[in-house]
Amino acid sequence: MAAPRIIVVGGGLAGLSAVIKIAEAGGTVDLFSIVPVKRSHSVCAQGGINAAKNLKGEGDTPALHFDDTIYGGDFLANQTPVKAMCEAAPAIIDLLDRMGVPFNRTPEGLLDFRRFGGTLFNRTAFAGATTGQQLLYALDEQVRRHEAAGKVKKYEGWEFLSAVLDSKGVARGITALDLRTMELRSFAADAIILATGGIGAIFGKSTNSVVCTGSAQSAIFQQGAYYANGEFIQVHPTCIPGEDKLRLMSESARGEGGRVWVPRTAGDKRPVKQIPAAERFYFLEEWYPKYGNLVPRDIATRAIHRVVYELGLGLDGQPMVYLDLSHIDRATLDRKLGGILDIYEKFVGDDPHDVPMKIFPGMHYTMGGLWVDFNQMTNIPGIFAAGECEYQYHGANRLGANSLLSCIFAGFHAGPNALQYAQNLPAAQGDGGHAAEIARQAEINGRLLKNEGTENPFKLWRELGQNMTQHVTVTRYNKGLQQADDKIVELLDRYRNVNLSDRSQWANTSFAFARQLKNMLELSRVVALGALQRDESRGAHFKPDFPERNDEQFLKTTKASFTGQPAGPRIEYEPVDIQFIKPRPRRYDAAK
Amino acid sequence: MANKTVSLEIKRQASPDDPAVWETFELDWRPGMNVISAMMEIAANPVTAAGRPTTPVTYDSNCLEEICGSCAMRINGKARMACSALIDNLDQPIRVEPLSKFPLVRDLQVDRSVLFENLKAVQAWVPIDGTYDLGSGPRVFPQQQEASYPLSNCISCTCCMEVCPQFNEDTGFVGAATIAQVKLFNNHPTGKVLKEERLRALAGDGGIQECGFAQNCVEVCPKQIPLTNAISDISRDVLLQKAKDLLRS
Repeated sequence: MAAPRIIVVGGGLAGLSAVIKIAEAGGTVDLFSIVPVKRSHSVCAQGGINAAKNLKGEGDTPALHFDDTIYGGDFLANQTPVKAMCEAAPAIIDLLDRMGVPFNRTPEGLLDFRRFGGTLFNRTAFAGATTGQQLLYALDEQVRRHEAAGKVKKYEGWEFLSAVLDSKGVARGITALDLRTMELRSFAADAIILATGGIGAIFGKSTNSVVCTGSAQSAIFQQGAYYANGEFIQVHPTCIPGEDKLRLMSESARGEGGRVWVPRTAGDKRPVKQIPAAERFYFLEEWYPKYGNLVPRDIATRAIHRVVYELGLGLDGQPMVYLDLSHIDRATLDRKLGGILDIYEKFVGDDPHDVPMKIFPGMHYTMGGLWVDFNQMTNIPGIFAAGECEYQYHGANRLGANSLLSCIFAGFHAGPNALQYAQNLPAAQGDGGHAAEIARQAEINGRLLKNEGTENPFKLWRELGQNMTQHVTVTRYNKGLQQADDKIVELLDRYRNVNLSDRSQWANTSFAFARQLKNMLELSRVVALGALQRDESRGAHFKPDFPERNDEQFLKTTKASFTGQPAGPRIEYEPVDIQFIKPRPRRYDAAK
Repeated sequence: MANKTVSLEIKRQASPDDPAVWETFELDWRPGMNVISAMMEIAANPVTAAGRPTTPVTYDSNCLEEICGSCAMRINGKARMACSALIDNLDQPIRVEPLSKFPLVRDLQVDRSVLFENLKAVQAWVPIDGTYDLGSGPRVFPQQQEASYPLSNCISCTCCMEVCPQFNEDTGFVGAATIAQVKLFNNHPTGKVLKEERLRALAGDGGIQECGFAQNCVEVCPKQIPLTNAISDISRDVLLQKAKDLLRS
């Protein structure tokens, strides 16, 4: 039998991790990515990567890391894969170190670790404040090495459109669009790994990169894949609001001693440095004395909203609070946080060494995603998923510095599993469904190009983003969620009237975007309706009308499936694997 | 302030075979605007200042926080990242053009894959034995980490190549970014096992001797990478390697 062919879609940490494992096992990979893989969104991760290496004499263990992760996720994550991830973490850090990641060091030349949210241990390895960039580059370099050896073929500048499924519903390849020539093609594969990241774009502005639209996940959701826990969206407490995006200010700023505060008096007109300590409201430290500024992100975000919207203490009446590093010496800041301080100074114009930064929460991470089994395979045979595009590791709230870990761990897991699956796959009958899928995609493309409507896709997208941000982020009410879904339905209807201001067949970004937009709209319904139906508060999902966690009814994974009907996705629930740690109340105002 | 506007002139070219034309756009000013958000505005309302309908501008972008290296272009004549080009800091009309040293794809989008090919040619990686668990990595002292980290911050934006007078088809010069990566990997405790091969890859035509020391690269680099230092160090190493190879032959 011929050597199995594996397609990996997405070249961030998860995708590249999978590629490396497959190449190392002797397989060959076709790697698809919208952008050159070195420009993937993983570069944006800043603060670090967690592993219980216990190099600070604190008695940290993978079991404690596991408990922090499950507790931080409000018990919604399946425990078996999370346990395996935490146990694998120390060896993953060692491997990255061997690949040349320039991690910060102790004077003795060992890996340095810092604290992050939701733990009391120094568990986070870091490379300045550009850890994601450094990790991605290390993996990118290893993949380039395999590429030079002929084991990997890159298709950069190609966008995944759909899976090719045979008559039995088994994946046999993908269709993709060359974003330069606009050529539509199908590619055969015995297994496919999607590693296509988060869905920030459905919220308009977020900390995510431009390519994080969720379009690929949505496409296979519409082809029959389950989408799990879609309603769990992380809003990061500390971002710089911007015209084009929200820029992340890493949790590591607080890990290194950054303090969040507002003046106790609304509208305090004194220059910020002249406000004495007693007249500053360090609300996280007061409300959460044990964890202080390092409570998990959902807790910090809600606290900031409370200070701004309920107590009316936002800076100058604006939705902003201070994130203050100006008490820390310049050399330490430069060594440990240089990258993010540069970002602030470049985009805001103030120097955070000298004055507190002004920040506000912003959409950041997608906890939910494609449903996968413990082998990282979706319910469509032959389609695997790894990284932020799947749901498996973070439950109802992700802890800081666990995402880089989960991406690499899941990629390392998905790669060999996909290879093994592919080696045992019987040959397809006929053409495996390729001709039919190409015809279906060509029809969609043709219709879109010829459409004579009046709606601009970029304007529709703005309306979607405003709608989702208003109703489906930090504080959720069923009335608002229903309005949000109604609005998405309206946008889907108007989408039929979409008009491309560019009908050319060369590097047509409007066309590619319009295709993504349809998928964004379908996925938005999953997020909004999942939230509507979950009448409890858990992790990042907060409903003031249902303020308590309700384990009896909702200690369950949400599974959405596409119906193609006006009522929207079908939602069902599946029990959560809680075999190792018994759920207990989650509170951060005291040690757990 | 309500009616303050922003004026941009963007060089448009529908394909490599089409003629280039300049289009002018007038947009409403908003606080914190950058060149990317201006182009997002144009996409949502693709009409020129003269009221003529046009197409959204094609350009590369991704992270919008100057870390992915996608959105390099020439803005008011200077090669830089569009995301960090704040409108309020730019003279108007703001002239936006594609990088000039790379094959044009469309509008502001160019093909910069030559850099990734160069990185392949110099084996810019650490040749690890495998990804299975082999224990901890080599001990690295903080001083060494602090020397490597800036080199490892290269975002592959190619601005250094755009502004280099020697980077052109005649010389085939690899450019500063690739040379800095050679220094990074040659100094790594494991990466240095390929040191001689990397230096030889920089010894021939298009190699390091093409550098004319114009020093434009280090001035334009958005990440302040010490590129000229890297070039000096690697020039010396290449010469030594050539001498060694001569003696051995």
